[in-house]
Amino acid sequence: MISAFFIFNQKGEVLISRLYRTDFKRSIADVFRIQVVSNSDVRSPIITLGSTSFFHVRVNNLYVVAVTKTNANAALVFEFCYRFINICKSYFGKIDEESVKNNFVVIYELIDEINDFGYPQNSEIDTLKTYITTESIVSSDYAAEESSKITSQATGVTSWRRADVKYKKNEAFVDVIEIVNLSMSAKGNVLRADVDGHIQMRAYLSGTPECKFGLNDKLVIDKNERGVSDAVELDDCRFHQCVRLNDFDASRTISFIPPDGEFELMRYRSTSNVKLPLRIIPTVTEMGTSQVSYTITVKANFGNKLSATNVVLRIPTPLNTTTVDCKVLSGKAKYAPSENVVVWKLARIQGGQECTLTAAATLTSTTTRQVWARPPIDVDFQVLMFTASGLIVRFLKVFEKSNYQSIKWVRYLTKASGSYQIRF
Amino acid sequence: MSIRAPRKGENYELSVDLNSEYREKRKDAIKRTIASMTVGKDVSGLFPDVLKNMQTDDLEQKKLVYLYLMNYAKTQPELVILAVNTFVKDTDDPNPLVRALAIRTMGCLRAEKIIDYLCDPLQKCLRDENPYVRKTAALCVAKLYDLKPELVIDNGFLEQLQEMISDSNPMVVANTVAALTDIHIAATSQPSTSSSDPGIFVITTNILNKLLIALNECSEWGRVAILNALARYVAQDEKESEHICERVVPQFQHVNGSVVLAAVKVIMIHMRGVHREDLIKQLVRKMAPPLVTLLSSPPEVQWVALRNINLLLQKRPDILSNEMRVFFCKYNDPLYVKVEKLDIMVRLASEKNVDALLSELKEYASEVDVDFVRKSIKAIGQTAVKIDEAAERCVNVLLELIATRVSYVVQEAVVVMKDIFRKYPETYEGIIPILCANLDELDEPEAKASLIWIIGEYAKKIDNADELLSIFVDAFTEESYSVQLQTLTAVVKLFLKKPDSSQGIVQKVLNTATKDCDSPDVRDRAYIYWRLLSMDPAAAKAVVLAHRPPISIPRTTVAPALLEELLGEVSSLASVYHKPAETFVGRGRVGADSVRKGAEAADDQFSTQKALQTVVAGQQAENLLDFDDDAPALDGQPKGLAATEVLSQTPAAANLLAGTSSNPLDDLVSIFGSGGGLAPMSAVPFGPGSAIPGRGGFGFGQPMSPAPATPAIKSQPQQHHPQDDLLGLF
Repeated sequence: MISAFFIFNQKGEVLISRLYRTDFKRSIADVFRIQVVSNSDVRSPIITLGSTSFFHVRVNNLYVVAVTKTNANAALVFEFCYRFINICKSYFGKIDEESVKNNFVVIYELIDEINDFGYPQNSEIDTLKTYITTESIVSSDYAAEESSKITSQATGVTSWRRADVKYKKNEAFVDVIEIVNLSMSAKGNVLRADVDGHIQMRAYLSGTPECKFGLNDKLVIDKNERGVSDAVELDDCRFHQCVRLNDFDASRTISFIPPDGEFELMRYRSTSNVKLPLRIIPTVTEMGTSQVSYTITVKANFGNKLSATNVVLRIPTPLNTTTVDCKVLSGKAKYAPSENVVVWKLARIQGGQECTLTAAATLTSTTTRQVWARPPIDVDFQVLMFTASGLIVRFLKVFEKSNYQSIKWVRYLTKASGSYQIRF
Repeated sequence: MSIRAPRKGENYELSVDLNSEYREKRKDAIKRTIASMTVGKDVSGLFPDVLKNMQTDDLEQKKLVYLYLMNYAKTQPELVILAVNTFVKDTDDPNPLVRALAIRTMGCLRAEKIIDYLCDPLQKCLRDENPYVRKTAALCVAKLYDLKPELVIDNGFLEQLQEMISDSNPMVVANTVAALTDIHIAATSQPSTSSSDPGIFVITTNILNKLLIALNECSEWGRVAILNALARYVAQDEKESEHICERVVPQFQHVNGSVVLAAVKVIMIHMRGVHREDLIKQLVRKMAPPLVTLLSSPPEVQWVALRNINLLLQKRPDILSNEMRVFFCKYNDPLYVKVEKLDIMVRLASEKNVDALLSELKEYASEVDVDFVRKSIKAIGQTAVKIDEAAERCVNVLLELIATRVSYVVQEAVVVMKDIFRKYPETYEGIIPILCANLDELDEPEAKASLIWIIGEYAKKIDNADELLSIFVDAFTEESYSVQLQTLTAVVKLFLKKPDSSQGIVQKVLNTATKDCDSPDVRDRAYIYWRLLSMDPAAAKAVVLAHRPPISIPRTTVAPALLEELLGEVSSLASVYHKPAETFVGRGRVGADSVRKGAEAADDQFSTQKALQTVVAGQQAENLLDFDDDAPALDGQPKGLAATEVLSQTPAAANLLAGTSSNPLDDLVSIFGSGGGLAPMSAVPFGPGSAIPGRGGFGFGQPMSPAPATPAIKSQPQQHHPQDDLLGLF
């Protein structure tokens, strides 16, 4: 149970404070400020002092904090904090000190709605948006009727969908988005390569449509039963609450009544046969103590009709670097002294193409014998119409009483941000 | 208000605006009032002015006024009464949102005067036709119980809640379950409840079926509440256990990590009742992928998951045996995640994957964070001790690390080498010269002590052992106590092995230790050695050069009974800290007593041994109000030992202790030895501030000390079975 909920800014000032239970005074916020905000060496997201536990999540320049005195469910508390953050992002476009200060009235309404007496309540963003808005609602007779509908939606079996949705054109967009995680050793061995995928859906479908969804997957729970077909092995899937888990458990069918609008239908994880879209070949030599030379080659490892966009390589340099002389034929490379990296940006790499950066970093001489930790090279990129796992959407069937035709669109995107790391 | 606020200042301006004739101006003033309240300014003086704005059609304004009321109702009880009328009227509003809002807020006001007016509307709202109002009212009962339990009982709200478990709406069911559980916990923690009272929320077979049906239909948070209730259910027979497991397994696929962990908890509990091997295997197999998926959650959720995976692996080591690579640290993982991953990687290490693991650990050892680097090196040592075949490869990696000559890397590597020498005596003597070459670089007591121990142990093979040791003997009084103790023992070992060349040095060290040293422990040990050497050198040999049992990595860091208890609380704070909840929710002695009563009453649960254990743990509760990693152990230890002493005086209890593998003392060792994420192998033999000095002061010595030098240590050679020896002493 969450006894209190706070938002602090970086300085430790309270922006939002809501006590759900009475086992605390408001002054408990000061304890957090002293123990966490002004303490530079906090090494755990949960701090327990006496019998009081503080759970905190840092987001941008804010601390989102939940406090409890019980043996609370830690996973639930953190999931709740992150849900709150997502709701704020959806409502205000971002979450930071400014947006919290500007919208504190709505935030108070929200945290009262999504949590009662410390127990999280319905927190589906779409449903919340129907009755907590930035404009005020005036309760009149009409509103009463409307809010009956809202409340039954907020509590109903399909709490995520209104019954009376109508569209002229029935459309469904499916985006398969894969994030590739890679750790490659200095010798070029793949230490770890896996895919965190999620399937984002935007459903603009009338009525109460019953959907069935099919992938070329083969959920392999037992690794010994490996198949040889083109099927993709998914290690695990997780679904939006609209998906009937029992059906999936029994027959592996994904069936659901979708929420109206955008939602995340499923998440999955795949670890076998991951196709790495970009191959990085680094050669980094320390020449004595005064210079480091770099030759970094990027190879696009996919069909030449596709291309990788927004490619950004962050190549670490030693801490005592003074200048870096970079030479590139494509893209732009620049030394960012504040982060000790060379940032190499390439707007586009065509499939099969190869780009090379050569650079020389000049170092100042230091007296300390500190070894350079050589953090990994980090690569961010996006490749459209490509899935690293090889996953393909086989079908999306929509059944509805009125039997309308619906148009479906599928897009694929593979990307990396902060998780594609090559050691050198 | 008898005293009017001064006619200037912020509050005065607000009060003027709150009474403005323009609606927008009033609303804006309320917003400003709330803003002042948030930053901690006292705006309680505006109570009557704010109250005037309560009756409005504007829902947002209403909510703001309510927010203000909840905050100040306690300090202005006589004024709240003015609001009652509006509240009661609102609970009859045609708009269900307004009804729910009124009942929700009334429950939060916590003013004695208003409570009496709450019961009637609450009665009505519990029967409201709208599920949104019903689910809000259900929680309101728990609020009322928190404030005035008699009212809940007298008005029959409890019975009404019991009925509402059959409600047609899953959200109402979920909130009812949450409210009943809340009341149940509040009631059982009262000291007055007798042990025979089963509690307020007893889950019967009938309720079970309703919960299982609601589980698949309600919201994510509701699922967690229901799963928690299922975890409390005691299955009647094996078939029922199987049924529950099968119904809960689909929840592993839920996107919300807390639902997944709650499902794991239910499965771990009800799997105890399942005996069909194939079903158990299937359940465990299905559990692995979702656990791994939790690692792609945000770091905080990841950390909670990792701590729980650590527990699950202690119970079922095979669960993730093929998955070590997913625990490899990412460079930008937060430190707390990295440290936990390290621990799990060592747990998963096997002959098959050890090469990959070692190259990873070597990589980590070159990172910047000193703490993490040290833990990585420690992990290399643990791997060496765990997997015999890989020991040589681990030693080679350590040698490479020593060659970097980074001070803290070398020191940690020396400490780790000492453990490897203990596990594989006489195997890696070739590297001793390399270690000794770094002698000048060592400045941490633990590293120094480790190297001294190695020198003493291999004194016979090191030609210049006396020279090396004399460096430490010369600086004896300046060293920390742990180094002094080790020096003392090492010199005596040297003397016993090479009596001819080291008479001078042993005389010198005994002299210094007995005359110039201010630590009683050091002096005592020196006197014992001195007497042993002068009375009976053979006995001295038997004591000082005694054979030591090899060390091993314990498979569990918590005692079996505690492990079972923690697995029943997966994803709770207790499971994150690996400590029983009583140690940090701090109900003190009262709580401990009630826990013991509960445990004694339930025959078939964890039997008396768990009760004994909880008593001991519970007695710590008062001392543990602040928990630092190690501090509690200092107070806790003597108390715990005292508790065992009392227990073993009665013959029955003594039998119990001797006859079971886990006893309270065993638990104590692990509770305090492993708390706060210390490495399972207590590689901290005598660090200042660790639990050890407390125990040493008690006269039992150090269970895992590398040098079993005193007779007391000899009698308690290993952490695994201290109880036998201790019982012998009693």
